[in-house]
Amino acid sequence: MTYVAQTPEQIRGLIAKAKRRDVAFVALGVVALGIGFATFVALFVDMLIDGWARLSPEFFAQFPSRRAGQAGILSAWVGTTLVMIVTAAVAVPLGVAAGIYLEEYAPKHWVTDLIEINITNLAGVPSIVYGLLALGLFVYAFGLGQSIRTAGLTLALLILPVVIVATREAIRAIPGVIREGAYAVGATKWQTVRDHIVPYSMPGILTGVIIGMSRAIGETAPIITIGALTFIAFLPPAPVTGDFPFLSFEWLKAPFTVMPIQMFNWTSRPDEAFHANAAAAGTILVFMTLTMNALAIWLRYRLRKHIKW
Amino acid sequence: MRAVQAVLAVLASALCAAASAQGALVKIDGSSTVYPVTEAVAEDFQKAERNAIRVTVGISGTGGGFKKLCRGEIDISGASRPILKPEMADCAKAGIDYYELPVAFDALTVVVNPKNSFLDKGVSVEQLKKLWEPGAQGKVTRWNQVDPSWPDAPIKLFGAGADSGTFDYFTEAIVGKAKSSRGDYTASEDDNVLVQGVQRDVNAIGYFGFAYYAENQGKLKAVPIVEKAGKPAVKPSMETVLNGSYQPLARPIFIYVNAKSLERAEVRKFVEYYMTHGAKLAKEVKYVPLPDKAYALNREHLAKGKKGTVFGGVPEVGVRIEDLLAREAKL
Repeated sequence: MTYVAQTPEQIRGLIAKAKRRDVAFVALGVVALGIGFATFVALFVDMLIDGWARLSPEFFAQFPSRRAGQAGILSAWVGTTLVMIVTAAVAVPLGVAAGIYLEEYAPKHWVTDLIEINITNLAGVPSIVYGLLALGLFVYAFGLGQSIRTAGLTLALLILPVVIVATREAIRAIPGVIREGAYAVGATKWQTVRDHIVPYSMPGILTGVIIGMSRAIGETAPIITIGALTFIAFLPPAPVTGDFPFLSFEWLKAPFTVMPIQMFNWTSRPDEAFHANAAAAGTILVFMTLTMNALAIWLRYRLRKHIKW
Repeated sequence: MRAVQAVLAVLASALCAAASAQGALVKIDGSSTVYPVTEAVAEDFQKAERNAIRVTVGISGTGGGFKKLCRGEIDISGASRPILKPEMADCAKAGIDYYELPVAFDALTVVVNPKNSFLDKGVSVEQLKKLWEPGAQGKVTRWNQVDPSWPDAPIKLFGAGADSGTFDYFTEAIVGKAKSSRGDYTASEDDNVLVQGVQRDVNAIGYFGFAYYAENQGKLKAVPIVEKAGKPAVKPSMETVLNGSYQPLARPIFIYVNAKSLERAEVRKFVEYYMTHGAKLAKEVKYVPLPDKAYALNREHLAKGKKGTVFGGVPEVGVRIEDLLAREAKL
């Protein structure tokens, strides 16, 4: 490109043009954000209005029923909460450990590359495929039954790639000098990982966990495939018992249902009163997701306060 | 510290109380068409037993339910059609015997927009066949092509999705062959979508289960059906389905009970409760109950150990419930 001598007017013109483009991009960005945000608000407000009348303490404390006015989400929200606990307990340690290994320990050659590509691709596999895998593996081969633990494990598999990828991204964002500094004072690899890499990458990892869990909480297809129920009017056994050792894990083996299944069942009912129930359940599900995210964001904020570099 | 211990003790005992409510379990799965009736029975039964017996109901479809039944995973399976030959073979291979108990009627209802008046006198099965047969695809698109006395207006068709039992039965009853239908219509597994579609379009016609019509009577009009030339046009209702005059779109729906499960007290109790209170509860969820005699016959079959199916693994259209129950069953 050749530069020609320009008059001050021409230069001012160029600057004005560049500024107009700048404004245009801001406008485009605002519109893009607005569309996404307005869609969510419209959907959520519509659901809230439809379901508002049904939102009461009893709605949380009642089991499903053929009478719309008496039907509640007790078994569904308890089921969703327990399944999410299992999912997080399995996916977070496994995903973080795998991510750390791939980023810090794994030798850099084609096998590692192949594994990396596959993990990234796994994040895009349709959830029903995980459901079918879990039905064959967990339900029949391992004999775990159509239970909370099977559902938790299935969803953990589903979000594992997301957690692994997020962990790796977070680790990569840590400056190399941190590692070098640790090695320079004689720390082993494990000491470096434990005292520096994991704490510093935690905020990023939590973001990945939020995305994964938010996906898992709304899943219906794999949960139906492994045999979640639609009508269940009792709760899993309590985790605390009166006898030694006071803790019971029987609830892991219990049959269950989850919020999206309950919602889906209600939307397909002929009686319109059930559609209000579905809207109310949807509102609760959104709040459950937001609560989960708020918890993670708060944790991330607390952890970030201690990172100084 | 004492206070904390006291609170913990109360909490623990409350949790124990919840845990000790564990008891016998009846597992049910199967058709979404049978689900509303079974759910109502399960709800009331569990209350009547004060939660000493727990009941779970899943929805995995008629076919999925039979698979689970023949694997011995569940005690009872809901079915919107009789068991078919391959499913009978699966059960036989696994050594699982079953009882076939009709529990209610599901009347497929042909509906049009309330503003439609030219179908008030009814539509014949022959005319419905002209509308829905595969050969009509792309050809029969205006009402006056089916009957010259009908208006020259486009036809908007709404029907069940190809995976549902409703689709199987409608095509069998109207076209004469299961799953044989034109494809250029608005199909949905969610009947509420069909309700809305017909409600919005003056030229629409659709079909779905009676319960969806019963809940939306102000928005839709049911079309009377003429079974054969010379027969009267019959509108679907509790009475016409029950007395057998609404043909051929009324079909019985069933529960299949694993014979071995029935030896367990809780399963037997549940099935007996179903046979005693099923009629009342079916009506409540807008299904047509069977005549009282049918439930009595079901109970008699259970008592006498009359296992197996009366269909021989072949679907049938327009069978009367009395004839059905009088037949000899086989496994």
